[in-house]
Amino acid sequence: MTIAVTNLRVEEKLYQNRYVVDSGRPHIKVRPHQSPSAKLYALTSVCPAKCYELNDNGQVEITADGCMECGTCRVLCEASGEIEWNYPRGGFGVLFKFG
Amino acid sequence: MTEEKFDAIVIGAGMAGNAAAYTMASRGLKVLQLERGEYPGSKNVQGAIMYSNMLEKIIPDFRDDAPLERHLVEQRFWMMDDTSHVGMQYRSDDFNESRPNRYTVIRAQFDKWFSRKVREAGATVLCETTVTELARDADGNVIGVHTDRIGDVILADVVVLAEGVNGLLGTRAGLRETPKPETVALAVKEMHFLPEEVIDQRFGLKANEGCVIEAAGTISRSMAGLAFLYTNKESISIGIGCLVSDFAATMESPYDLLENFKNHPSVRPLIADSEVKEYAAHLIPEGGYKAIPQLFGNGWVVAGDAAQLNNAVHREGSNLAMTSGRLAGEAILQVKKRGDPMVKENLALYKSKLDKSFVIKDLRKYKDMPALLHTNSRNFFTTYPQLLSQAAQNFMRVDSTPKLDKERATTAAFVKERSRWGLVSDAVRLAFAWR
Ligand SMILES: Cc1cc2nc3c(=O)[nH]c(=O)nc-3n(C[C@H](O)[C@H](O)[C@H](O)COP(=O)(O)OP(=O)(O)OC[C@H]3O[C@@H](n4cnc5c(N)ncnc54)[C@H](O)[C@@H]3O)c2cc1C
Ligand code: SF4
Repeated sequence: MTIAVTNLRVEEKLYQNRYVVDSGRPHIKVRPHQSPSAKLYALTSVCPAKCYELNDNGQVEITADGCMECGTCRVLCEASGEIEWNYPRGGFGVLFKFG
Repeated sequence: MTEEKFDAIVIGAGMAGNAAAYTMASRGLKVLQLERGEYPGSKNVQGAIMYSNMLEKIIPDFRDDAPLERHLVEQRFWMMDDTSHVGMQYRSDDFNESRPNRYTVIRAQFDKWFSRKVREAGATVLCETTVTELARDADGNVIGVHTDRIGDVILADVVVLAEGVNGLLGTRAGLRETPKPETVALAVKEMHFLPEEVIDQRFGLKANEGCVIEAAGTISRSMAGLAFLYTNKESISIGIGCLVSDFAATMESPYDLLENFKNHPSVRPLIADSEVKEYAAHLIPEGGYKAIPQLFGNGWVVAGDAAQLNNAVHREGSNLAMTSGRLAGEAILQVKKRGDPMVKENLALYKSKLDKSFVIKDLRKYKDMPALLHTNSRNFFTTYPQLLSQAAQNFMRVDSTPKLDKERATTAAFVKERSRWGLVSDAVRLAFAWR
């Protein structure tokens, strides 16, 4: 018997968290591309906040609002120049109540 | 602020930064500490087990007012397959001592407390301030920092980089490399709240006693990874982490892994009916000894996770961070007392202190472990747990099969899956890496 994969919405998990969103100043950007590399594409499932998604044209896009600033995408895709990664301004971003 | 020059600037108010800032400020240095979070701890994630001995060396009477959850009396290790676990368990009443050895803590609360101690010791602590760049002179020596809040450069004799695993500043300045996907794990974690009595009952605990469970096996779906479940006073921290390189190769999603772990028949009853109040994610340095970067230079030292000082085999990190922060602080104090400049030759003292401590000794002991677990993850995290579980079940089920036949079947299953040579070589390699 295998365990059923729960059909889970990450949004519901993120909803528990506290964020101060720096509107209009996303701290992570995806560089324009024709088609994503394997690593960039992997972010659509590996990002723990599901910030990365494939758009209708097959390109990877980011909405960084739910980002937990873990750095996984930086470690995978910064060196190749596919993404630009910074911390949010001081005080902004995720605020863990427990951590 | 701008004309002032500090003896030391500490970047980050996590375990390493607080230890360094406290050590220096409490002995009279003029210290500025900068933290990007709204409050210390607001960006930090940990299991979290906190080790008394290493904190005692910094704040001996921490038990008087530190926010501690439960002291640990029991540890369980689980090897899991999809429906079962084979476990080892250690519990001792000796851990119910007057000065307990290990506690669970909640990092956001613990870091706030530690930071209060740092302020009381006399350091200036500025939160909501992200350091954007290290300031360097024409020769490349670090002379201070630039932030996103204070216009000018802030100068100091020495900068302590305690910026955590992601270590943006040090890597951007070329002082060390960005962590590689195969040297960091991504962990996700949730906080599940339950009444204190319910936790006591489910884990067989009383009066502040705590229990931790660490688990490996098919839950990480052939990736090198580990799950954990720690009891706090009125909550349970539950999480799972695997190497980033494995996540990228398998395209598994971390929250799916966590959901599956939570739904495992061995885990589900422990967290049933709890209220989830937070979902967090963080990296853990897993590269061990071989990933330790240059630790000091002209005008700078690096401590804690930023320096990959993390013992993944024993799930220890905060104590190595605290200890490296303290030793960095002590080295700086000594150099300052001698009236010497904060240059590379003098700051090498920090490294020699670390070398003499458990920090480097422990990491050196396991220097081959990360590579072994990485290249053999399928065997260690899927095949063996499944075989162990079958063996245990075979042993436990009483039917009409003679015991000798059962033993033969178990041995045959191991040999079939891994071959005799494979088993022997895994055992030998594991033994050598452990040595
Ligand atoms: C899920 C999980 C479970 C763990 N469990 C355990 C455990 O049970 N026991 C244990 O001992 N260890 C555990 N660890 C490891 C432990 O959390 C770390 O080793 C420890 O927190 C490292 O401390 P640090 O001070 O080096 O870094 P951190 O605690 O990460 O602190 C770094 C600080 O620097 C700040 N910062 C970073 N960049 C900047 C900047 N540019 N400007 C200003 N501020 C900045 C951050 O906001 C942060 O406060 C666990 C880790 C994880 C992720
Ligand atoms: S930092 Fe982590 S949470 Fe944020 S976008 Fe990257 S992978 Fe996702």
